Amino acid sequence: MTDPVLSIRDLCVEIPTRTGVVKPVDGVSYDIAKGEILGVVGESGAGKSMAGNAIIGLLNRPAHISGGEIWLNGHRIDTLKGDRVRRLRGKEIGMVFQDPLTSLNPLLSIGDQLAETMMTHLPISRAEAHNRAIAALKEVGIPGAAERIGSYPHEFSGGMRQRVVIALALCAEPSLVIADEPTTALDVSVQAQIISLLKQLCRERGTAIMLITHDMGVIAEAADRVAVMYAGRLAELGPVRDVLTQPQHPYTHGLMASTPLAAQKQRRLHQIPGAMPRLDQMPEGCAFHPRCPHAQEKCRHAPLPATATAGGRAACWFPLLAEAAQ
Amino acid sequence: MSAFVTVKGLTCVFDVSKPWLNRVLERRGKAFLTAVSDVDFQVEERTTYALVGESGSGKSTIGRMLVGLLRPSDGDVEIEGINLAREEDPAKVASVRAKIQMIFQDPYASLNPRWRVRDIITEPVLTQGGDLEGLAEKLLQQVGLHPSDAGKFPHEFSGGQRQRICIARALASQPRLIVCDEPTSALDVSVQAQVLNLMSDLKDELGLTYLLITHDLTVVRHMADRIGVLYLGRLVEEADPHSLFETPKHPYTQMLLDAAPRVDGFGREVPPPQGEIPDPINPPSGCTFHPRCPIATDICRRERPATRKVGNALVACHLAE
Repeated sequence: MTDPVLSIRDLCVEIPTRTGVVKPVDGVSYDIAKGEILGVVGESGAGKSMAGNAIIGLLNRPAHISGGEIWLNGHRIDTLKGDRVRRLRGKEIGMVFQDPLTSLNPLLSIGDQLAETMMTHLPISRAEAHNRAIAALKEVGIPGAAERIGSYPHEFSGGMRQRVVIALALCAEPSLVIADEPTTALDVSVQAQIISLLKQLCRERGTAIMLITHDMGVIAEAADRVAVMYAGRLAELGPVRDVLTQPQHPYTHGLMASTPLAAQKQRRLHQIPGAMPRLDQMPEGCAFHPRCPHAQEKCRHAPLPATATAGGRAACWFPLLAEAAQ
Repeated sequence: MSAFVTVKGLTCVFDVSKPWLNRVLERRGKAFLTAVSDVDFQVEERTTYALVGESGSGKSTIGRMLVGLLRPSDGDVEIEGINLAREEDPAKVASVRAKIQMIFQDPYASLNPRWRVRDIITEPVLTQGGDLEGLAEKLLQQVGLHPSDAGKFPHEFSGGQRQRICIARALASQPRLIVCDEPTSALDVSVQAQVLNLMSDLKDELGLTYLLITHDLTVVRHMADRIGVLYLGRLVEEADPHSLFETPKHPYTQMLLDAAPRVDGFGREVPPPQGEIPDPINPPSGCTFHPRCPIATDICRRERPATRKVGNALVACHLAE
């Protein structure tokens, strides 16, 4: 197997607060290979965006990385400072955010924004940057790219804006793109266009993509592997088909069962009792045990087992192997 | 079964013109946006009618006209035989209004942060002069919260709990119809399941009628008894969930169903839909879907299709069969 593009090991993020230190990300490890789409799912507050921001060095103080390592193409990047982080962002890692309007500068034309990004990261002239900007817009499927290069963000629709953001994320040819809820603000038909575009770019360029979303449908259709996060920890990690159809972690199972399926009409939806614990009231042992139907004494006290040990995918003492096999 | 809500030829036009000075200087006329155009449907009592569509399809506008937050430009909304827009007797209008409540999308924005939960829930009854004694506590229990929560403020609750408070408030005046505008869009999947289950239980218990407005097809399929699909302010297809999902007739419905991501669609590769929703100020001629429609012919460009019955569905398309 080739070396992964991104490799994070035991990543921890801490936020000191008045009442104590909270850990929005707690011991998360995963790899993303070249040309792979890793889906990161979880409910709000599960720490999925926080992990993405930690990778690209966008944590706002007082949040900080308190442990673990982040490796990108064989270089450790979590220890980089100041200017070197800035060079990394955009050049090595591209980022696509949820809201395309707030991630573009409203005062600069999209051509200028693309050219500026490329000239910052690549040794090219303004004229060449301009030509490349047109090519980049063409690649993400903006009709009439040459005419629209001087347009401003407000002149585009939501879907077109997200395409511009993707062009911007890809223009310096990064090896990793972090897409944080890239389609949540978009309509279903436009969402399908954007997802298909991301998949195509991933395939053609071999870019590794970390796709953060809460939409199981998007994950199923786009991702190769999926990481399910719960309360800052990795609940389950594995190939998308296995995790979604035969979940081993009770949380993944509950999540899948509570998703209304288009294919069949159920009388009642399965519901997971309770809600995700607040970060400052994290239970001892497995964070899911207060809501887990299979919780036993061990879950309440013993620290979580590591993921991906001995063929298991789930961070759970009693993974749903037997039930899944039936 | 009788039609509880009858909507006939409902139209809503917004004036989106620039100020007159700009119009004079730029030599432009007035501009109008037709948000809802000639929509007909009926909601039977004790059923859930769902309106689906993408942003700008006019689904929320219809909901707002139904509860009386907006005045229709044309057409009628009749609830229990009383025409809300034309009825002269204020007492009759008030009696119908009292039977309609609404749940909004964002539970963070639709609760007054400076009011206690008890005051929020009892306000609809207070305005109508009813008995408030123990009402908030009873309703909180009904929606699965603790009676002691009545003394708290909205910020002490999570999103799902807030949506329960919104539901409790909607139930306070004992409504018959609840218009739910994207009730679970702001919620996580597991919380969404809790709220949807609660809504179904309450419907059975209290005999409620829902108008469910959403863009989420999976939620629609789960909840609805009848579905209306909107595109650019027009009702393009109306059918029961089974017919709509198994044999969609209108090309737009087919496109929408194809584009929706599926939980079991591993590595599904479908050609994504072409184009985007056109500008509603200058909608395309004839059938508004024709620029994106794979089967459009000449007649689609010229004439607006009338609604006709195809199988179990009502479809506004020249070519559907």
